[in-house]
Amino acid sequence: MDLFMELLKTFVVGGIICSIGQILLDRTKLTGGRIMVLFLLAGAVLTALGLYEPLVNFAGAGATVPISGFGYALVKGAIEEVGKEGFMGAFSGGIKATSAGITAAIVFGYMAALLSNPKSKS
Amino acid sequence: MGHTGKQTIVFKNPPVITCAYSSAGPKESAGPLGDYFDNQLQDELLGQETWEKAESILIKQTVQGLLNKADKRPEDIQYLFAGDLQNQVIASTFGLKDFNIPFFGLYGACSTMGESMCLASIMVAGGMADLVMAGTSSHNCAAEKQFRFPLEYAGQRTLTQQWTATASGFVLISRCGKGPKIEAVTPGKIVDLGIKDSFNMGAAMAPAAVDTILAHLEDTNQKPSDFDAIITGDLGNCGSDIAVDIANKLGVDLSKVMNDCGKLIYDDESQDTHCGGSGCGCSGSVFAGYLYKQLLKRNLKKILLIPTGALMSPGSTQQGNTIPGVAHAVSIVMD
Amino acid sequence: MANIKQLKNEYPQIVKEHSPKNKVMINSAKAFLVGGAICTIGQGFTEIYKYYGMAKDDAQMVSTVTLILLSAIFTGFNIYDNIGKFGGAGAAIPITGFANAMVSSAMEFKKEGYVYGMGAKLFTIAGPVIVFGAIASVVAGIIFYFV
Repeated sequence: MDLFMELLKTFVVGGIICSIGQILLDRTKLTGGRIMVLFLLAGAVLTALGLYEPLVNFAGAGATVPISGFGYALVKGAIEEVGKEGFMGAFSGGIKATSAGITAAIVFGYMAALLSNPKSKS
Repeated sequence: MGHTGKQTIVFKNPPVITCAYSSAGPKESAGPLGDYFDNQLQDELLGQETWEKAESILIKQTVQGLLNKADKRPEDIQYLFAGDLQNQVIASTFGLKDFNIPFFGLYGACSTMGESMCLASIMVAGGMADLVMAGTSSHNCAAEKQFRFPLEYAGQRTLTQQWTATASGFVLISRCGKGPKIEAVTPGKIVDLGIKDSFNMGAAMAPAAVDTILAHLEDTNQKPSDFDAIITGDLGNCGSDIAVDIANKLGVDLSKVMNDCGKLIYDDESQDTHCGGSGCGCSGSVFAGYLYKQLLKRNLKKILLIPTGALMSPGSTQQGNTIPGVAHAVSIVMD
Repeated sequence: MANIKQLKNEYPQIVKEHSPKNKVMINSAKAFLVGGAICTIGQGFTEIYKYYGMAKDDAQMVSTVTLILLSAIFTGFNIYDNIGKFGGAGAAIPITGFANAMVSSAMEFKKEGYVYGMGAKLFTIAGPVIVFGAIASVVAGIIFYFV
């Protein structure tokens, strides 16, 4: 039952974040690429203000899987690294914390593209 | 007669469209006009490796089809006017190079069918040539790649977006012979009412279409009812409504005669094309495939064809420029 | 003759009247379902990895990598674009949408070569996310250093 509640929280929070994105897509002239950047920055700013961490604790992947969670991981990583390493931590912390995701996207992305072809829509 | 009014050329010896040939991709062939297309393709890649090469083969097949249908050899064609949507009209270059016909490459965005027919008929009527070819093409996937998003990108198309047709149409314009005649042409001006939304091309082009239609009617002293149909290129559903509306505001009622190639080519409901068709090949194939046959059968006796183009590049819209439109009118009669 | 330019001021309103409106409610509901489902799958992987003894942070990281791998596979098999067509932002905003933007761009420009085609185009849509992410993290780190 606990697990079910965990997953339900994830579903609802992740769903709400995505539907905010959909409203922006439908109601403004913003395109997908810009919305991704917007959510990333929103996640980064909220994390810096200490507001995103509670959401992550509450909803887990519901807050970390949306691209705002990428902003959260970057900023959290940078702040933690500053605490450990001092000033240079600001430069190494963000990418270090997210390196697995970025590298996975590059490597899997390149491999998938190598092995497949786009298909026409008709 | 020659130059008439502000921007119209009326021909004393009207050139004849002696033959027309159209090719259409799988989606277009499955549409309401499918059976009218001469060459119905099963494979959107046409056996090629890339969409760009596929479009060149599409052009090659259409021109060869036209030559076969008219029983002509490439040497019989004196000049060729053609263009497409790819950068530097490269699809036409590779599609046409082996025919060895003197070539004028055109860029008029989706108005290219009108532009090429205007120029070819002026050349023939002016006595500079006896047999000239005009035509155009577009390919959905090549256009998506160049102007929009990758095919496998998980984006949603907006409801005002139109579907770029994979299609091509070419016509033979001759000094004499049997067939519908080009009575007059009205080359259009670049018209810009400030639209910036590249997902609503119909709205960007509608003012240009209306401007050219009104100029043609005024220059030739005609009314909309003098035509069996006034057919724009690819305004789509939304753009056509806008065109009728703004023509009305300017005191001309087009609602009874107006139609649009982009509205005719797909069944928007079942084919999920949203706001109709677009692309050079849309007006090209609908004219060469459907309208030309209606003229031959005399179901239509006099039409005004106005292919419409949205003049933009991916860079120009990213830099915040507006999307001007252009539209060229060709008045065609069947005795 | 009537001049079309006289309509310039009212033209945006005319266009608006004739343009079909997006169905925001239905689209948002679909985005909610798809986005929620993708996040829940991510949480599911995290729970499974934790069950098999991984630490929470590691499980989360491996779960993210798993989602990226799945997105690459679904994009390669020409499926993810259809999820996006249905789910809109629900497919675009999760990390799987980020991976899809990279894979689809690289696939599209495969024929332009391994270096300038796939290698470079991998980043056309998704690149800005990494750029702004790096900048944001550095700015945040520096602020916290001085505060």
